[in-house]
Amino acid sequence: MNNYGWGLPVAASTYAGQIDFGIWLIHIAMFAIFILWGIFFTYLLIRYRRRDGVPAEREDHGETPAKIAVPDAASKFPFAQLLYKHSSELKSLIPDILVMAFEVGLIVFYAFPVWGRIKMSTPDPKDAVVVEVTAEQFGWNIRYPGPDGKFSPLKPELVHFNNPLGLDRTDPDAADDIVVANELHMPVDTKVLIKLRSQDVIHDFFVPEFRIKQDAMPGMEIPMWVEPNRIGHYELACAQLCGFGHSLMRGDVYVESREDFDKWLKSRAAATPAPPKPSKPSEDF
Amino acid sequence: MSHDSHGHGGHHELSFARKYVFSVDHKVIGLQYMITSMIFLLFGFGLMLLMRWQLAFPGQAIPFIGRLFPADLAPNGVMSGEFYNTLGAMHGTIMVFLGVVPLAVGAYGNYIMPLQIGAPDMAFPRLNMMSYWVFLPGGLLMLGSFLMPGGAAQSGWTSYPPLSIINPGQTVWILAMVLLITSSLLGAINFIVTTINLRAPGMTLDRLPVFCWAQFVTAILLLLAFPPLEAAAILQLMDRVAHTSFYMPKDLIILGTHYAGSGGGQPLLWQHLFWFLAHPEVYVLVLPPMGIVSEIIANNTRKPLHGYKTMVVSMLFLGVMSFLVWAHHMFLSGMSPALGNFFLVTTMIISVPSVAILTCLIFSLKGASIRYNVPMLFALAFLPLFGIGGLTGLPLGLTVTDIYLHDTYYVIGHFHFVVVTGSIIALLGGTYYWFPKWFGRRMNDKLGLIHFWGSVICMCGIFLPMFPMGLAGASRRLYDPTAQMHNMGVQGLNVVSTYFAYGLALFQLPYIWNFFHSMFRGEKSVENPWQATTLEWACPSPPPHGNFEKTPRVYRGPYEYSVPGRKTDYWPQSDPA
Amino acid sequence: MTTITMDNADTHSGITNAKLGVWLFLASEVMLFATLFTTYIVLRMGATSWPWGWDALNVPLATLNTAILISSSVTIVMAYAKAYDKNVGGFRFWMLMTLLLSFGFLVVKAFEYGHEFALGIGPSTSVFYAVYFTMTGLHGIHIIGGIIVNSALLYMSYCQEDWEHPLFLGRVEGAGLYWHFVDIVWIFLFPALYLL
Repeated sequence: MNNYGWGLPVAASTYAGQIDFGIWLIHIAMFAIFILWGIFFTYLLIRYRRRDGVPAEREDHGETPAKIAVPDAASKFPFAQLLYKHSSELKSLIPDILVMAFEVGLIVFYAFPVWGRIKMSTPDPKDAVVVEVTAEQFGWNIRYPGPDGKFSPLKPELVHFNNPLGLDRTDPDAADDIVVANELHMPVDTKVLIKLRSQDVIHDFFVPEFRIKQDAMPGMEIPMWVEPNRIGHYELACAQLCGFGHSLMRGDVYVESREDFDKWLKSRAAATPAPPKPSKPSEDF
Repeated sequence: MSHDSHGHGGHHELSFARKYVFSVDHKVIGLQYMITSMIFLLFGFGLMLLMRWQLAFPGQAIPFIGRLFPADLAPNGVMSGEFYNTLGAMHGTIMVFLGVVPLAVGAYGNYIMPLQIGAPDMAFPRLNMMSYWVFLPGGLLMLGSFLMPGGAAQSGWTSYPPLSIINPGQTVWILAMVLLITSSLLGAINFIVTTINLRAPGMTLDRLPVFCWAQFVTAILLLLAFPPLEAAAILQLMDRVAHTSFYMPKDLIILGTHYAGSGGGQPLLWQHLFWFLAHPEVYVLVLPPMGIVSEIIANNTRKPLHGYKTMVVSMLFLGVMSFLVWAHHMFLSGMSPALGNFFLVTTMIISVPSVAILTCLIFSLKGASIRYNVPMLFALAFLPLFGIGGLTGLPLGLTVTDIYLHDTYYVIGHFHFVVVTGSIIALLGGTYYWFPKWFGRRMNDKLGLIHFWGSVICMCGIFLPMFPMGLAGASRRLYDPTAQMHNMGVQGLNVVSTYFAYGLALFQLPYIWNFFHSMFRGEKSVENPWQATTLEWACPSPPPHGNFEKTPRVYRGPYEYSVPGRKTDYWPQSDPA
Repeated sequence: MTTITMDNADTHSGITNAKLGVWLFLASEVMLFATLFTTYIVLRMGATSWPWGWDALNVPLATLNTAILISSSVTIVMAYAKAYDKNVGGFRFWMLMTLLLSFGFLVVKAFEYGHEFALGIGPSTSVFYAVYFTMTGLHGIHIIGGIIVNSALLYMSYCQEDWEHPLFLGRVEGAGLYWHFVDIVWIFLFPALYLL
């Protein structure tokens, strides 16, 4: 696949760019911090190596803190004595303060808003393609509501190897639901609302190119959203240890034009089995 | 004056068992912990070497020893998925609970701390012995689980339910953990009481070596953070054995079968309780090594540490904050995202004391007269390498970037840098530094240099590639990384890591030889070979039972090096004025 | 030798090793039970339905047990007072009373559990019962631990050397502290499980 090499894969969703921005910014800061400290560290190791006849120089020069004088100008301010007494200690905190300022900025101006947008808001189901993803050991069961746009409730007692979700096909709401395994199709430039569920253990829905990741928690239905903005074929992988088949638990994500998506959906609807005819008791005898 | 209620006079000769096996002497117990934990570390390392083969060459038979494994673990020498997951879960568990913590706290803390405060032993010597003799069965039980039906645990060292409830091996894991936690709790009580009550006259808290402060904060973390895990583990045990549903929600269908249970449980509950311990646990892993690095740096810079008060306050603040950050491991768990914002802020706050400690250690080099001996090389290497570990925590601790990086190799790179090139490098350096104290002999310097450079280079070679792997989206805990397309671009890095891992194994051989050979044949050492100021060097090497012939009296701080106007460049704490 | 001491004013807290040790142990126990209480709260808040304690459990028996346990805390204080006065007969009597009451608690508990098991109710029946059996069970294990310690102290009072040991009073005090803690846990457990 050309998408994959070293480093971040191609960005294929609207918020991928925002996440990438954060990753890049932090890495630039990390490199800067490491290189600057590294240079200083190397300098210290060379400059202050042991040399005959040159003793180490104590910072207090043998004086006790009580002897350190406070300049007159500062003596009017409260805590001046305290600050001067501990001036060497406070100096060690300067790198801390700089890093803190950067972190506070990052959090207030980047993390809070972007996290809020990605994880704490969901698109209106009326404006989005809604799809339900149920994870299980070791595959992805994907359900689209049929033309009626409604998801019927699932019935655990009906779960069977050829009915992995427990759909009650006699229920008119469920009759037209489209169920696919390990394959997710999405129209490009459209918001997609995903309802994430799990049948058995904790799994994790991860599509690297979308930069989307969310644990699937049994007993919960967790909403998440993505707006893919690049047509292509991407990978859905489970990203939480779920058993011996964890590394095999993958699927394919196809982002296509709206027409192609509709065509695909129609073809899957045609393949959906017709609901069983309800039996009339009087005819049986 | 000291009053110890064991009476030196008329001391009868103890039997071999009472002297070396069931000893109540903190030094013997410390060495017992040391040898035991190092053997466990080696075992955990071995598990990882097996994993690395599978990661680099998935599906290929393990060379030489592959056929020795039973068919259910590695048919035809090719590791199975279950076996890989077992190796992963046990590698983590063994390294953390059987390796690093017993070494850092049980070995180093036990041996050195009472000496550094001028005490004849720990406050509760018999409790100390019990701690070890609960630890050893716990460790053996943990290892023994490999041989039990179903094999050892295979749900990650994090043991998330529902997987950990339905997977084999977890029950024995829980029972072993209960023993290990009990051992830690008993030890923590001992350490805290000893530090508070058994300091020699004049050893006020502002004269306590940084190593002792680090052990003190560590003990408090162990005391308060382990019980929640013990309770959570008991709940998991109940779920497995008594079929309760503390962690199991309704209507679970496992591989086609309905799970028989009342339902009503919450898997997230385990995560909260587990990480409530496991986050303070990582500071337990790193604080004693920071203490070791502080001692070695102070000694080999021949001047007091920069910012002693800052370092102590930072360690105390770190201890408190460590209880408030746990859910940064759970940003994507399904817990309310608003909680994510809270833990993001506390995580940012906790970076302050960590950076402060590292800053003080680096600034300690300014104005110094740096002696480059083997322990100092290890202590110096700790600084930038732990720094890499700490820095790579930033994108993980930030909610937004963690969306992408969570559970990828980036995380594995981050925590291995802090624990391996951080904690373990410091612990190894500590052996070179305190070896003369323990055995009255010195380790060989040439072998030490080979060990140092080989280890540091190989460690970087193993873990640096994991950062680009994580950025490519390669997930952790994958038995076959090549089964997922997006990993293919970085699969080559897996091979690099594997070769360096085998290299790291080779470079431990000179160390193991050095350790045991020097114990018996090493160059004999004087009492204070490093011209150090702290109290552990003011008694014979090795110290006799009771440590100090007369209780020392402390006159000054722990790092009075290069005091102007004195003949020698060090002024021991207990030297009279 | 059970403990080392160094009695320097500026490097000693003023609290004996044993007492400090017991308080630290109790701190860890508080964390243990706090975790279980938190679990109870979380699971109850997240549950669709939860029975009332007074419907599902035997409140009269538990009330009796509460009275028994509080009484045993009084008797253990009496035992400490007698030990303080070096009154070995008084100590033995009150410690025996404490042990009898403790056994009484366990007997009542056995009736409670037995009745539930006879009805086919166990920890796996529901989350409510899982919480109930686990919390009262762990508390019961702590009662047994206290019985062992108190029995040991009673036994030691029959050995001259142990009774006259300078640290004996401290041991009684420590055991009393632990016992009060076990009592306090029950005082929280009882309303939390049975009355709410």
